[in-house]
Amino acid sequence: MEAAAAGQGTGFLRVEGVSKRYGQTLAVDDISLSITKNEIFALLGSSGCGKSTLLRMIAGFETPSAGRIVLDGEDMTRVSPHHRPTNMMFQSYALFPHLTVRENVAFGLRQIRPALPRGTIDARVDALLDLVQLRPLATRKPSELSGGQQQRVALARSLAREPKLLLLDEPLSALDKKIRQRTQLELVELIRRVGVTCIMVTHDQEEAMAMADRIGIMSPHGTLLQVGAPGEVYEHPRTRYIAGFVGETNLFEGRFESGRLACPGLPQPLALPAGTATPEGTPAWLSVRPERITLHGSDPGEQAGNRIAGRVGGIAYLGSHSIIQVEIGGGRTVTTDHAAGALAQRTPATGEAVWVAWPPENGVVLTQ
Amino acid sequence: MNALLRLLARGRLWVDALPWGWMLLFFAAPFALIAGVSLSTSELSIPPYIWPLREEGGSWQFLPDLSSYERLWDEVLALLSAGGELEYLGAYGNALLLAALTTLGCLLAGYPFAWRIARAGEQWRNTLLLLVMLPFWTSFLLRVFAWMGLLDSSEVGLVNQLLLGLGLVDEPLQLLYNRGAVLIGMIYSYLPFMVLPLYANLVKLDQRLLEAARDLGASGWTTFVHVTLPLSRRGIVAGSMLVFIPAVGEFVIPDLLGGGGVMLIGRKIWDDFGPNQDWPMAAAVAVVMVAVLVVPIITLYHAQRDEGRRR
Repeated sequence: MEAAAAGQGTGFLRVEGVSKRYGQTLAVDDISLSITKNEIFALLGSSGCGKSTLLRMIAGFETPSAGRIVLDGEDMTRVSPHHRPTNMMFQSYALFPHLTVRENVAFGLRQIRPALPRGTIDARVDALLDLVQLRPLATRKPSELSGGQQQRVALARSLAREPKLLLLDEPLSALDKKIRQRTQLELVELIRRVGVTCIMVTHDQEEAMAMADRIGIMSPHGTLLQVGAPGEVYEHPRTRYIAGFVGETNLFEGRFESGRLACPGLPQPLALPAGTATPEGTPAWLSVRPERITLHGSDPGEQAGNRIAGRVGGIAYLGSHSIIQVEIGGGRTVTTDHAAGALAQRTPATGEAVWVAWPPENGVVLTQ
Repeated sequence: MNALLRLLARGRLWVDALPWGWMLLFFAAPFALIAGVSLSTSELSIPPYIWPLREEGGSWQFLPDLSSYERLWDEVLALLSAGGELEYLGAYGNALLLAALTTLGCLLAGYPFAWRIARAGEQWRNTLLLLVMLPFWTSFLLRVFAWMGLLDSSEVGLVNQLLLGLGLVDEPLQLLYNRGAVLIGMIYSYLPFMVLPLYANLVKLDQRLLEAARDLGASGWTTFVHVTLPLSRRGIVAGSMLVFIPAVGEFVIPDLLGGGGVMLIGRKIWDDFGPNQDWPMAAAVAVVMVAVLVVPIITLYHAQRDEGRRR
């Protein structure tokens, strides 16, 4: 929140009312963003939401139909990509297959005019290869490297020119899940060590949450819905779409009725967090995260807050946590998530009668 | 089930056998015949040679006549001692030079074609390729004759008419029956053979590699030289082969547009098989031409394969 406020108007990168239109379709719809120096910012959205188009406009591969892009006080909107102080790490890396690792990393340095002395380039490439721990593989071709190694070459190549802004397009989507989680942290550590401002684009909310200082969530229609720190976006989503996109959630639809949310099919209206404005009769949704819901073998009583009786539908044991789905009648299920060892008693069996419960402050009221 | 498998196995056999059989019937056997003729003795008869493998004195004997090859070898010696007439070697040289220039011309003209088609929208590519191949729908001879009409060196020639009409020249230029006319005709006729393999290669070129080069500060030209060109090398080699090899033996275009002024090896073979009735000589020239072409092709093939392995 603070970073966003401080960034207004003075941001290191300012995207001002940028739109991109292809024929009749609006791929990016009037987006304004401000990013501070040394920040890692993630643009999160489903595929085809325009996040990559926005990144490509910042890199210079596309020209905005409207709006401005200002980097470090300079208007970049119409500067061609090879004159921008930005570098991109491409999705699936786009390493030059005919060049060695060393030549790939040196490519950007060789383009600098006036030309750098050979020794300077060599020393800089060595330093970059050391940074990503690929010095021993310097003479290999990209096809002789594993996916993780290719990713590191791509990173070294995009850092070689010391860009003011590093752009990462789906940086880890080409990696296996297991390597991906480890690489997320390595990548953040490297970016921090180099101290470069970074914008990444991803459809993977876990990747965005793990890596970014702030996340901007885009709608499928190319608009920016919400910008905030990972925790803020997760705990206080502004819309139902965000609540569902960033993590799992249970949505209860209903109308405000005497300070509570009356949902058709539920025996009693749901209690809401204190201080919620509840204009009588207005439609609204209550979002409750699965890990915010507890499970009880018998009625936990009034003091548990909201409570609904049901039967255990499905159980997914995932080691560190378990996901238990509870059928509450009317074809509706409530998803609950329990850290290992957090279940009060033993894990219930499928079909068993249980109660789900959560205190009112664990829900988030959404009106759009 | 077993019967079906056996049938399938036999089907596979056919698929394997057809190309081998084809090559045997239409390449190996004719080539062996030509090689045999090249070792025959010239004779005024029908056919005008005596086969080297023949019955003599009651037994079969192999009696090769190497005089045709000796004539070629003598020219090599003459070349080395810088004296004497180079009737055949000159024709080889002219043909190789013309083929090389044709290949270069096709490459320079064909690369932009292939690039543009490969970068066109997917819905346009097939149409554009069709347009490149469109001239093939008319007779090859007709197209060469059309060039004769265009380049005619009198006031009737279309190009000369245009130049005279625009007042750029006072009298018609000698456009036909020279090396330039031959080269234009060759490049024109062989262009599609260069464009198609180049296109097939360039269309697979990952667009993001070009973006990556631009992103890393390379200008359009640097990107072309350091990324596009090296990555399209296989297409360039394939297209150059398809143009160069048939161009060496090309006979019709130089004859019609060059007026026979420049002696090429194709013309030489034609003369020896035809008017001169020296079949062994013509066959020897053909065999040597295959040898001259095969050596660089095999070298190139090995170089490419090793390159492929290193990747």
